Amino acid sequence: MLSVRSLFTEYANERGGAVKAAQDVSFEVPEGKLFTLLGPSGCGKTTTLRSIAGLEKPTAGEIEVGGRLVYSSGKGVFVAPNKRNFGMVFQSYAIWPHMNVFQNVAFPLEVRRLPRKETRERVMRVLHAVQLDELVDRDATKLSGGQQQRLALARALVMEPQLLLLDEPLSNLDAKLRDRMRSELKRLQRDLNLTTVYVTHDQSEALALSHEIAVMSEGRVVQIGTPRQIYEQPGDRFVADFVGTTNFIAGTVIALADGRCVVSSAMGELKAHASEGVGKDARVIVSVRPEDVELSEAPPAAAAGDNVLKGTVDAKDFLGDYLDFHVKVGDIVLTAKAHPSLRTPTGDAIYLRMKADKCVAIAGDGAR
Amino acid sequence: MTHAVGRLALPDAAPRFDSRWVLIGVPVALVLWLALVPLVFLLWQSFLTPQTAAAPAQLTLENYVAAYFDRDNARLFLNSLQFATGAALLALVVGTGLAWMNERTNTPFKALFFALAIIPLVIPGILFTVAWIMLASPKIGLVNLALQALFGTDAVFVNIYSMAGMIWVDGLHYSPMAFLLMTAAFRSMDPALEEQAALSGASVPQIARRITLRLAWPAALGALLILFVRSIESFEVPALLGLPVGIHVYTSSIYQAIHDYPSRIGLAAAYAVTLLLITSLGIYAQSRLAREGSRFATVTGKGFRPRTIDLGRWRYVTAAIFILYFVVIVLLPFLVLVWTSLQKFYSAPSWAALDRLSLDSYRAVLDYPQFAGVVWNSLVLAFGSAATVTLLSAVIAWVVLRTKVPGRWLLDNLASLPLVFPGLVLGLAIMVCYLTIDIGVYGTLWIMFIAYVTRFLPYGMRYNSASMLQIHKELEESAAMSGASWGMTFARVVLPLLKPGLLAGFIYVMIVSIRELSSSILLYSPGTEVVSIMIWELWQNGQYVELSALGVMLIAALFVLVLLAQLAGRRFGIAEA
Repeated sequence: MLSVRSLFTEYANERGGAVKAAQDVSFEVPEGKLFTLLGPSGCGKTTTLRSIAGLEKPTAGEIEVGGRLVYSSGKGVFVAPNKRNFGMVFQSYAIWPHMNVFQNVAFPLEVRRLPRKETRERVMRVLHAVQLDELVDRDATKLSGGQQQRLALARALVMEPQLLLLDEPLSNLDAKLRDRMRSELKRLQRDLNLTTVYVTHDQSEALALSHEIAVMSEGRVVQIGTPRQIYEQPGDRFVADFVGTTNFIAGTVIALADGRCVVSSAMGELKAHASEGVGKDARVIVSVRPEDVELSEAPPAAAAGDNVLKGTVDAKDFLGDYLDFHVKVGDIVLTAKAHPSLRTPTGDAIYLRMKADKCVAIAGDGAR
Repeated sequence: MTHAVGRLALPDAAPRFDSRWVLIGVPVALVLWLALVPLVFLLWQSFLTPQTAAAPAQLTLENYVAAYFDRDNARLFLNSLQFATGAALLALVVGTGLAWMNERTNTPFKALFFALAIIPLVIPGILFTVAWIMLASPKIGLVNLALQALFGTDAVFVNIYSMAGMIWVDGLHYSPMAFLLMTAAFRSMDPALEEQAALSGASVPQIARRITLRLAWPAALGALLILFVRSIESFEVPALLGLPVGIHVYTSSIYQAIHDYPSRIGLAAAYAVTLLLITSLGIYAQSRLAREGSRFATVTGKGFRPRTIDLGRWRYVTAAIFILYFVVIVLLPFLVLVWTSLQKFYSAPSWAALDRLSLDSYRAVLDYPQFAGVVWNSLVLAFGSAATVTLLSAVIAWVVLRTKVPGRWLLDNLASLPLVFPGLVLGLAIMVCYLTIDIGVYGTLWIMFIAYVTRFLPYGMRYNSASMLQIHKELEESAAMSGASWGMTFARVVLPLLKPGLLAGFIYVMIVSIRELSSSILLYSPGTEVVSIMIWELWQNGQYVELSALGVMLIAALFVLVLLAQLAGRRFGIAEA
């Protein structure tokens, strides 16, 4: 449905130099799917979204939506944002303070010169969908954060957009409300089957909402995959580090076959899943998530694909619903997530078990 | 989801012609015409001999020779510098002291000082000067009379007709401006820096001297430059206080050169170019300083909760200073005008005079045959120029801040260019310009309208830029995403959100237009007099009583306008979403 091809966007900074905001960004979003651009601030995700919206003019590339070319540097096409018919929710919500709830939502229909009666019906329908129909005459400035967010969403939806663009729509809400709005947003998107591009720097939001995620760094797309692929098989050190928390173990590949490999490291030999680009004898880092490091006081039963190691408890952090154990194996300290019932004292020996397919070898020299 | 593309199709655009180019092109052309053309004519005129019936104008350097190598020239230059520097320093010292007391200490009666922001707007320079003549002239000055009665002598204690008198009146008149500038500087300073000094054991005077004033130093220097430029541009004070006793500065010399017979426009232009160079230099230095200052700013985006220093018993002293200042700058000048306006002939307050109180002078002013016309001229000009300035500067500010049109920085600078024109110089430049290009505006209200719009365009720009910056860009972008065209976004989102700023700016420009004297004085003709000109003429005719009555009425009218402006600011001040 949406297809972004080799998009480059640069803009001038105050000194007149060029800031490379998006570099060779390409992705496809199928009809009805929610696609997330995930990355730290300054990675180019918002610039990419604004390029799709038409608020930013890219320097090169092509953007096509449902067979309609809205931007192409080669063919000299640039459709103005107000001719694209995309709904957008801004980070600040951009609720017009001089209009009430109804007027805010009716605006997109008024500029399209729809009959008054139809406008009224459609505004009420969409306000009902976001549960704001009770507040239709309220001043827009008198809404709570969550209500403003839903109002912004209603305004984007009322024009039945071909594409919905969301720029960090949950970042201005407090934690509890954010969780609720997240599931509401997900339900709406799935119910209406809206093709959506979502921008966020919050990995848990991205993992919970998306059909597919593109992780971006320094203007480039580093990895595209389903939430599960991104989390469990990061293709890159940056992705592993940025999405969730992880342990890194440096080493060298000594055996490689069928996407599996054996890595020699300071902790001994580790069986791991080899990600793309990992060759024999290559320097790699092995990423393993804290929740994939199983701890036990007695030696665990090891299956063929398991790594079993012995270490000592270096430190423990009690976090309520779980404990972070810092376990020292050789010179390396690994973090493991454990159930609070595990009470091994600091300094005692402890066993670690890591399933081979949860250990991901990533190409790189391992230097921190 | 099915897209009803056909039904939802956006209104057809006519891509052949984009209306925004007109909206951008027209202001550019207007600003170029307003800001640059008179300047060119002024320069050109300064190289011409006077045109007479016998001989046409010829190219010459004589004007500059006369302006620079006349033996009185050094005197003129030094007088101007001494006057402007003295007034600026006086204003800065008074303003800084008051701002520090108001912002940083627990002095009582602070509420009085919010009124300070209003005073310079409400009392026009000419009335302030006249009031001080009534207070401190050697013969009729009330201060002298009171002191003479007290000590039983004939000695003259204060003489307002002197360099010191000029500095006193002009410095006092600009001190509220210094107060506002320094208040802004103190407000943006982190009080923790002072608290740290207090914890280190410093006393209040030590903190003020070694921390607060040191940090405020760049701001103070910037304020000094602004005040210097304003003072060297002053016309009313040098004209009323300096000319009678032969103390000349550039502004009064320009005025005199034109009113000589035969009129020496070329010489006036040469003086004006010199004055323009000085003010340009001052403004340039000030903007450089502001840029430098922002780089070394100790100020962050962090919000400070204003905390004040406890002065202990000394706070009664500072309160007394406050009240004394209020008396000197507001109460005395206003009361002396009111007193005079209630007399039949000018006389000093006494029990005998108290019996002769009457409203005759008000009746006389209202009965002047030309009074209605004068008020009408003032109102039409104020309303017209305020409306024009507001709209024009709203569009320019929008183009400068919100579009990516190439060359928009040039537009910004051009619109701010009139800042360097002293009122009198602008009046002269416009006079020369429309005497040469005869399009029928000379001698009509239009020429004054052109002068006012040019002069106050930078003020409108300041108001509109400030309120434009407060509107989040996403509010406009979301209109575009909703399908609104450029014009629709401007009309339905930008303008309504700008409304409070526009209204405040509109009223402000109205106020300064009504008070305007220094550029009108070269441009008015019989039938196009405005209120400030009428005051000037009453002064020239020695009709002090009528002048006072008119002045009191003008002050009352301006006061109402200022209250309206404040009210509008509050009423339409909508919270940012």
